[in-house]
Amino acid sequence: MNFKSFREYLSWLYYQYLLITGIYVLEPWEKSIFSSILFSAIGMVIYTSYVFVPIHVRLALEFFSGIFGGQSESTMALIN
Amino acid sequence: MSFQITHLKNVPGTGIASRQHKQESFEQAPMYVAVMTYLGFGIVTLFGYFRDFLRAVGLEKCNLAQERVEQKDFVPLYQDFENFYNRNLYMRVRDNWNRPVCSLPGPVFDLMERVSDDYNWTFRLTGRTLHNAINMGSYNYLGFAENNADFLKTVADKTQQYGVGVCSTRQEMGTLSIHEELEQLVASFLRVESSMTFGMGFATNSMNIPAIVGKGGLILSDELNHTSLILGARLSGATIRVFKHNNMHSLEKMLREAVCSGQPRTHRPWKKILIMVEGIYSMEGSVVRLSEIIALKKKYKAYLYLDEAHSIGAVGPSGRGVAELFNVNPADVDVMMGTFTKSFGAAGGYIAGKKELVDYLRSHSHSAVYASAMSPPVTEQILRAMKCIMGKDGSTEGIRRIRQLAENTRYFRARLKEMGFIIYGNDDSPVVPILLYMPGKVVAFAREMLERKIGVVVVGFPATPITEARARFCLSASHTRAMLNQVLRHMNEVGDNLCLKFSRLKYSSCPNLCDETDFELI
Repeated sequence: MNFKSFREYLSWLYYQYLLITGIYVLEPWEKSIFSSILFSAIGMVIYTSYVFVPIHVRLALEFFSGIFGGQSESTMALIN
Repeated sequence: MSFQITHLKNVPGTGIASRQHKQESFEQAPMYVAVMTYLGFGIVTLFGYFRDFLRAVGLEKCNLAQERVEQKDFVPLYQDFENFYNRNLYMRVRDNWNRPVCSLPGPVFDLMERVSDDYNWTFRLTGRTLHNAINMGSYNYLGFAENNADFLKTVADKTQQYGVGVCSTRQEMGTLSIHEELEQLVASFLRVESSMTFGMGFATNSMNIPAIVGKGGLILSDELNHTSLILGARLSGATIRVFKHNNMHSLEKMLREAVCSGQPRTHRPWKKILIMVEGIYSMEGSVVRLSEIIALKKKYKAYLYLDEAHSIGAVGPSGRGVAELFNVNPADVDVMMGTFTKSFGAAGGYIAGKKELVDYLRSHSHSAVYASAMSPPVTEQILRAMKCIMGKDGSTEGIRRIRQLAENTRYFRARLKEMGFIIYGNDDSPVVPILLYMPGKVVAFAREMLERKIGVVVVGFPATPITEARARFCLSASHTRAMLNQVLRHMNEVGDNLCLKFSRLKYSSCPNLCDETDFELI
């Protein structure tokens, strides 16, 4: 498929979004309601992941390195 | 949904029959397609509940049927799933169905333009006509829906001779000499002893099956049988058991169980076991396995009812239906039924078989006793079409049309498979269902094809399983190669725009050259 411009490609993507989610058959105000709910949900997911994922990942790494690091230290103590 | 690919193997077999069935494929779509279909239906259902809530609260006017205020305490009438589906999904998209046609339904036709101001609750005609849209939906297999004055001369003469209405039933005073002539011609066409014709194809099935089978009989009917067969079976009062579509193991298991155990409580033997199948199934395009069913029928002493509505005139080297396609003796099929609506461009149906059967039906069938007889111009149209197919009018037009239909079928199916669409059914059937799956795509497909001046029929939930919506193309002998190429070109574009090419089998256009399995996963 050859798209003459980037706008055409975007409008094709929007068309695919309408077809796949099935809201192609709905009336325009229903389309707006659904899109706003969907994008606000996605926005909230992105914001939450941006704020909290680094903190959680750091805590998880500390927890696991604490277990394995602590284990190898105690076995070394036994051997010595 | 389990991941499944069907084979396109060529097993060395004897003759046409074994080759036929190895070419039937019912490919399953990838998993993401199923997920997206359910997603689409789920979202629209949620919005349906939302709109119903608005209607119930009163924020929105209800345009459909509603109970009256006095009946509010009665059992609700309109809350079941069918009505919900009708209000909330069908109504939104119903501009794709019931389109008014204002010309002959030939290979091209004219449509009246219709717009709706309130999202398909009401329509108004703008007065403009869409001329010369290509017709891919009419059952015009041999192109007999034509208005050429030379071909229709005999029809006009007979209308002058007999009039248009018969004003009676067959049993009273409605049997005209032209009906006798038609019945003898049908019997000689099908190579059976005798036949009887009826005014309406649906009524042929639903009114004659009760006369053939009654209470104490067993009907084994295929999963995907037409509503007329199901209605006739239910009206007859016999026990109905359904076997899996075209699956001979399922049928044999049921036959064995029926012969061994007999009727449900008394265990007496069944009075009659009738196997009901169709020649070509109109929603799948698959062809019945006739030789295997006849072998089973002879082994277990059952009777066979074959409904050739779509296959008479359309398959077989000389158009005589699936019995000729499989080289089967027509006397082996106990009841051959068919309709004249599809390949002959007329209306009505017939039942053919042994003389005793047809004589019995003449006096015991509801349709013969109570329904009006076939109208004379329609009868003459069938006569001239059948004579043309048999070659009795002295020209080779009939054979030319049959060959043209077979060639169109092979070409169209091969090109669509090469493009990557999922097509169901046998390679020789002129009914081509293309799977579209998602509700949004079904609607978008119909609208886009109409904009490109091609009229297609799309079929959705009540007629097909809810996740397998499809578009059904009916090829005709009067489609020229140029028309088919135009349709294929537009299909290619629409398929790319809408992402409809789900097939994962690589199709080679010459499968007969190699002996081993010739499919690859992409």
